[in-house]
Amino acid sequence: MQGLTLKSVRKWSAALAGAVVLSLSAAHTAFADQLDDIQKSGVLKVAVPQDFPPFGSVGSDMQPQGYDIDMANYLGKELGVKVELVPVTSANRIPYLQTKKVDLVISSLGKNAEREKAIDFTKPYAPFFLGVFGTAKAEVKDAAELAGKTVGVTRGAVEDIELTKVAPATTDLKRFEDNNTTISAFLSGQVDLIATGNLVVASIADRNPDRKPETKFMLKNSPCYVGVHKDEARLVEKVNELIAKAYKEGVLESMSQKWLKAAYPADLASM
Amino acid sequence: MLLLYTQGLCPCGIARMNYQLNFADLLNYQDVLLSGLWMTIKLTIVSTIGGVLLGIAGAASRRHRNGFLRRAAACYVELIRNTPFIVQLFFIFFGLPAIGIKMSEIEAGVLAMVINLGAYLTEIIRAGIDATPKGQIEAARTLGLSSRQIFFRIVLPPAFARVYSSVVSQCIIVMLGSAVVSQISVPELTYAANFIQSRNFLSFESYLVAAGFYLVLAFVMRLGLNALGSRAFSREEKPA
Repeated sequence: MQGLTLKSVRKWSAALAGAVVLSLSAAHTAFADQLDDIQKSGVLKVAVPQDFPPFGSVGSDMQPQGYDIDMANYLGKELGVKVELVPVTSANRIPYLQTKKVDLVISSLGKNAEREKAIDFTKPYAPFFLGVFGTAKAEVKDAAELAGKTVGVTRGAVEDIELTKVAPATTDLKRFEDNNTTISAFLSGQVDLIATGNLVVASIADRNPDRKPETKFMLKNSPCYVGVHKDEARLVEKVNELIAKAYKEGVLESMSQKWLKAAYPADLASM
Repeated sequence: MLLLYTQGLCPCGIARMNYQLNFADLLNYQDVLLSGLWMTIKLTIVSTIGGVLLGIAGAASRRHRNGFLRRAAACYVELIRNTPFIVQLFFIFFGLPAIGIKMSEIEAGVLAMVINLGAYLTEIIRAGIDATPKGQIEAARTLGLSSRQIFFRIVLPPAFARVYSSVVSQCIIVMLGSAVVSQISVPELTYAANFIQSRNFLSFESYLVAAGFYLVLAFVMRLGLNALGSRAFSREEKPA
């Protein structure tokens, strides 16, 4: 009986305390920014790729895995909050951020002027190179030699924007919805050239040695940034601080070794 | 509680109301949009003609004396009507090259649309055929018409007229469904809207304009096909 009463008193006081906290937080909402919101809710919602190994894919245990997932979990751990992973495609990751369905986009996201109008970026957290790759038969050495050729590319990705800039007008650019579809187009022989990242190409070579893509030429060195909703300066600052810490403590180096099989480039840390 | 509600909701409500429509930026992509629209129209014309022919052939097969033909047509209809269009499309474009059948994205798109429309029209036209009074066929037979003559002159025209409005609706469904072929990089209207959205992030405007085009296309298509129908079937019984 005693215990029950105590328990109920405890329950009531907890409810009361909760109510006070709730009203306090309600009064505070108008001034709070997203960093406060994340810390208050205890949940960091991160948009991650699910079709883009080694940055993000689904492992044999059906759990998401990859560089971006490790990065999301690292940030969550450092912020002391739970991480909720939201799988996105390269076409919808920015709309997810714009509509505040996620707090951060850690989805091998490259930076460009048009995107900077829509969202803000932190410092880079991962190396990434873009290029045009193709079968040995497809003889291309530079952008000019793409004239009259067909190239597959994922719509809206940085490689799409870059290739659109440098490709001659007679190049037939076939734009696909996501990376998997672009890779399918290459593997099924629908296109002999694709514009994509060097990492994707490594995984294609694993999956299908018969159509091992060769590097034709580089399009862009485009490191990955964390995408943040516009005008959340404190959140950007906090993430930058954690990225710098991750570099100093060798976390980025070990992630790079684990997923990209290469050292983390020192010049990225000073960008 | 009320305080919490208003404060919680206000910022997002205001953000939505403050949204500035920006159609001017779409004008830069006018050519992309118009060539996409034209591609959708071409896809629709070709697949409607192909689909109607295939549907008539399918319906004829389903009511043919030859049992093999009947079963083959039934399998075709069940296979297509019970699988998603996008899977059929991906199978043709990404799957078939594995067995050496490779076609361009436009050919694959048109083929998928024709096959899909053909299956639905087979069922629709068969229903029209089934409603043919037995007496008409018996009368035709008595007059010494061949089976072919009976099908094409006695059975098909009134059957087609009977189900014409359903045929028109199905053709419009396939026209709208052509949006899916953007997934294999056919540069049609949805591909254009996706492309524009990927460049300037004006999702609201891009898809609103695309939706508007589809709406107009659907209206024009229905009006045009109905006019064609009332002219073609003026001697047949009017659709109910």
